[in-house]
Amino acid sequence: LGLCCAPSCYPVPLSSEAGGGERSWILVCWLLVSTQVTLLSMEEDIDTRKINNSFLRDHSYATEADIISTVEFNHTGELLATGDKGGRVVIFQREQESKNQLHRRGEYNVYSTFQSHEPEFDYLKSLEIEEKINKIRWLPQQNAAYFLLSTNDKTVKLWKVSERDKRPEGYNLKDEDGRLRDPATITTLRVPVLRPMDLMVEATPRRVFANAHTYHINSISVNSDYETYMSADDLRINLWNFEITNQSFNIVDIKPANMEELTEVITAAEFHPLHCNTFVYSSSKGTIRLCDMRASALCDRHTKFFEEPEDPSNRSFFSEIISSISDVKFSHSGRYIMTRDYLTVKVWDLNMENRPIETYQVHDYLRSKLCSLYENDCIFDKFECVWNGSDSVIMTGSYNNFFRMFDRNTKRDVTLEASRENSKPRAILKPRKVCVGGKRRKDEISVDSLDFSKKILHTAWHPSENIIAVAATNNLYIFQDKVN
Amino acid sequence: MLGKGVKRKREEEEEEDLTSQDWWLEETTPSPNPEEGASPAPLPPSSLFNLSIFKLHHGLRRGEPDLRHLVLVVNTLRRIQSSMALESSPPEPPCPAPVDPLPVAPDAPLCTSVSALLDDLSHIEGLCDTQTSFSEDIPLSRPPETGLDPGRPAPLGSLELLLEDGLEGLFDDIDTSMYDCELWPNLKTDSGETEDKIQGQGLDVSELDYLMDVLVGTQTL
Repeated sequence: LGLCCAPSCYPVPLSSEAGGGERSWILVCWLLVSTQVTLLSMEEDIDTRKINNSFLRDHSYATEADIISTVEFNHTGELLATGDKGGRVVIFQREQESKNQLHRRGEYNVYSTFQSHEPEFDYLKSLEIEEKINKIRWLPQQNAAYFLLSTNDKTVKLWKVSERDKRPEGYNLKDEDGRLRDPATITTLRVPVLRPMDLMVEATPRRVFANAHTYHINSISVNSDYETYMSADDLRINLWNFEITNQSFNIVDIKPANMEELTEVITAAEFHPLHCNTFVYSSSKGTIRLCDMRASALCDRHTKFFEEPEDPSNRSFFSEIISSISDVKFSHSGRYIMTRDYLTVKVWDLNMENRPIETYQVHDYLRSKLCSLYENDCIFDKFECVWNGSDSVIMTGSYNNFFRMFDRNTKRDVTLEASRENSKPRAILKPRKVCVGGKRRKDEISVDSLDFSKKILHTAWHPSENIIAVAATNNLYIFQDKVN
Repeated sequence: MLGKGVKRKREEEEEEDLTSQDWWLEETTPSPNPEEGASPAPLPPSSLFNLSIFKLHHGLRRGEPDLRHLVLVVNTLRRIQSSMALESSPPEPPCPAPVDPLPVAPDAPLCTSVSALLDDLSHIEGLCDTQTSFSEDIPLSRPPETGLDPGRPAPLGSLELLLEDGLEGLFDDIDTSMYDCELWPNLKTDSGETEDKIQGQGLDVSELDYLMDVLVGTQTL
């Protein structure tokens, strides 16, 4: 990185977990998710690498429908799915590694694109249902095909993504164009054979789970039994079986009998990665409830209740809003949960309910700006957070296209920026710093210069390698680490 | 003052940029960084109250309101309201804040925004006899009712007076289960008093009947 400043005033890059050496991040590829990508990926003979590097730099292709609303690696990290505001899902596949081209590690190319959800109209309420994809969750791979769940505000869909590289030729009753042959003209019989064809990736909706949510779905989570999953909206959580679409079990219901008494909503929910009976859900009041489905059919009474007492010195009118949890994630080990509220990321030990074991300040300099952030609604932004594969580093986004990483072992943190202007392919990312005082150093940026329209809400970390995907509006950045 | 021909240093310029934003800074949060200079001017709670009312109004105007956003704004409103109520109860306020928690000056915008809010709410299905003109009946400068019931979320004072049954109407339209029955519960419970008010205010009852017909009509389909 070429650091020459004293460590106290300049962020230190994360150290590697094993083997020593400093870890720095480089941009692998930058992908623009736009309508043009959708059109081109349908043509099989286009070199998809061209999509990544060429005309996508032209911003005129970008529309609001292209804003990425969710990013998710599959369980092997081979595939990376994005959902956008226009209801589209774009799946990227990792470039095949070869010994001759080690430098191409971590590059992803478009694999499949499909329209998952369409805008709908609720005739009873005279309201349009947005097609925006709120969440995508992959199922573990059990055969040659890939399966994922995608959801908008009201409907969850199970998609099957499969490859076809052979087609049958030599039918008896129809010719190669598909036209039926007159049986009277057939004099001999032949056995159709499978012949190779150009690879075609097709996505088909296998299940549609609809009409189960009155309120907006904010989370979906696949159970470790791989047979069920849950979907959570503002007031209810439903449990589904993948095979059954016409009914679901309601497992959490916090809707008060009198809506006037409504003071709290569900903000996120997730199944335990190992125990199929356990799940957690977070609330707008900054609490997390852990529930055990063996205790009762309706898990209205929690097994554990996680809440940190309010700090009286930081109390303000906005205390509740900034305590509202926007994301909750189990660690891969299942021992910890991580929560994201407006200003911090917290790590909780499942065995300790009265306070988190770790708290990381994401952008505490915003604490004195809460009033203006309330006025422009930025205070309601919902940031997500992710664990790395070994649960040693956590990552979350911020404003000005900044995203932050925290190393739980060394307690070091770094701020990086996802922007085209500041990152050339293969160039090392320079750590950023926001200055809060009056004196601004040369490379620092002042709080008032931050662009609050450029927010990193969605990020993803490869399950086993140091490859991360960062979504900035309609741009998808993929970074990998570069061990010196 | 700067001497003639002396350029200000870059650091000083940036310092000035930072302090120009001070007026938005929170009253209740102490300045964590001593370098920020003089403590910022406090933002009066009544302005926050107005802002929150506007957000509520704006949020409800949307086709399908974001429930989380709505709940957070309402809870913030409650906090501001109870804070303003607490400020008004002591006889001599310690700081030169306005004695009247709802000063006369912001009356006009508050009245306008609340009236506009009510106007919109009256068109939302499920709401009944919202009253359109209150300015003559209820003085907005009247302090909110004291004696907050600890078991119940703090009422929003004047907002609650203007809305029948407080916040019930705000969340009703989101829930589809309300289409089943009890379309006009308020009419049934406060029958005598409410009907007088309706006729007294000149509210168009035929409009209500039309709305009811539409709703009943959709149910039979």
